[in-house]
Amino acid sequence: MSTVAIDLAGVKKSFGDKVIVNELSFSVARGECFGLLGPNGAGKSTVARMLLGMISPDAGKITVLNEPVPSRARVARVRIGVVPQFDNLELEFTVRENLLVFGRYFGMSARKIEAIAPSLLEFARLESKADVRVSELSGGMKRRLTLARALINDPHLLVMDEPTTGLDPHARHLIWERLRLLLARGKTIFLTTHFMEEAERLCDRLCVLESGCKIAEGKPDALIDEHIGSNVIEIYGGDPHQLCELVRPYARHIEVSGETLFCYAPHPEQVRVKLRGQAGLRILQRPPNLEDVFLRLTGREMEK
Amino acid sequence: MGESYAAIMPANAYNWIAVWRRNFLAWKKAAPASILGNLADPITNLLGLGFGLGLIVGRVDGTSYIAFLAAGMVATSAMTSATFETMYAAFARMDAKRTWEAILSTQLTLGDIVLGELVWAASKSVLAGTAIGIVTATLGYASWPSILYAMPTIALTGLVFASLAMVVISLAPSYDYFVFYQTLFLSPMVFLCGAVFPMSQLPGSFQHFAGLLPLAHSVDLIRPAMLERGADSVALHVGALCVYAVLPFFVSTALFRRRLLR
Repeated sequence: MSTVAIDLAGVKKSFGDKVIVNELSFSVARGECFGLLGPNGAGKSTVARMLLGMISPDAGKITVLNEPVPSRARVARVRIGVVPQFDNLELEFTVRENLLVFGRYFGMSARKIEAIAPSLLEFARLESKADVRVSELSGGMKRRLTLARALINDPHLLVMDEPTTGLDPHARHLIWERLRLLLARGKTIFLTTHFMEEAERLCDRLCVLESGCKIAEGKPDALIDEHIGSNVIEIYGGDPHQLCELVRPYARHIEVSGETLFCYAPHPEQVRVKLRGQAGLRILQRPPNLEDVFLRLTGREMEK
Repeated sequence: MGESYAAIMPANAYNWIAVWRRNFLAWKKAAPASILGNLADPITNLLGLGFGLGLIVGRVDGTSYIAFLAAGMVATSAMTSATFETMYAAFARMDAKRTWEAILSTQLTLGDIVLGELVWAASKSVLAGTAIGIVTATLGYASWPSILYAMPTIALTGLVFASLAMVVISLAPSYDYFVFYQTLFLSPMVFLCGAVFPMSQLPGSFQHFAGLLPLAHSVDLIRPAMLERGADSVALHVGALCVYAVLPFFVSTALFRRRLLR
């Protein structure tokens, strides 16, 4: 069996005269967690749907689990679990019935579904909710059920479109923990996200997408080293443009985003000395992260 | 193009059953209300028109008016239950509820889903049509076995109108557009196709046109079955109904592909 789970080569897609995905190529190895990172409207969901054969590319080649997509997407989907961007659970059904109905779409017998349902419910921490109607569950529980449902066919690959969007931090951390468990079990995960923290914590490799174009690809650490490689000082308060001139001699790079000045400095103490005596400033020094990479590459803000 | 069209057709002969069973499970949860909603209207029409109008009309086509009307009501209720199941419930599953989207992420194809929905809608037609048949037989205006004879046509009628409604929902941007189909196509058909009065009452040119409509073919099969008379041109009627069931299936599946899988 090939060690490549997903391969995109020169994929293009336009709706009308709007280009959504432009010459996109990347490859995901089996067992890897690959993140497609980008702001809303970058084309992330379109790519996720293309992997499932729900959108056909105008040009380029897509292979998922050794099957050409979209022509043999149905065969590939037998071994794929999907967590869509918006929950599409059966609200009038109980948690257990949702698993039953979904398992039948994969041709599984009721007996087989009943046999694995307890382990899925345990995985999703929904054991006590098995006979509760989905409409009564919280957002985080629904998301966990969607994840459990995606695992019913014991997939090799999980395709997740913004798996934690709209969840509170506690619920989000629980999902991340569950996803790491799946990676430890050898599953391949493809996820789209606009959360830098999610990408940094979970993904082995990332592709940063903007307006349908790949603008960077690599391991999160390597991207940070390559594009930033120094400490970051965030300066709030004051006039960012005036401060900009003040700290420029000590900075490798400066970025102004809204009211905040981001100063990338190899020797942050020099900057701090320079700013001493400036009234009304709040200064935060921290290691660089993916958000800095994104700001650097696009000059644009993303959601935190 | 041909390859991608083949990819949306039913993948095998049994995938659709999972869709049918999903709908059956949902229906079971609200069965009493659903049955009442399905049956109240046609039974009211049958009894109201049958007894009331029947007094004035007397005998029609060599039988009592209520016995004549019963067959028309069975065909009409098969038509409306399949249509409404498709236009409202299936449309919601395709659109707002995202049920189809969830199913499309499994090994089922669009064709499997559409087929499952059609058979489900036809099942509801069988339920509605049979129930009216039972009321008619209980009142003594049809024999019990005659309900059994009519059943295959009731099921086929359900498939036809579910299939036609599938084309409507594959094109309609929202619920608001269904009313055109209802008022311009379904309602006139009840009067044109011999459901409430014989088609021979229509002006000649109308008769030819009405004879082509799907409900006319159902009525022409269901009425002789319920009155236990020999039916004319059975093969023609069955053939026409099959065309009305199969053709829209392919058209709607192709249209859904354009709508859902771009």
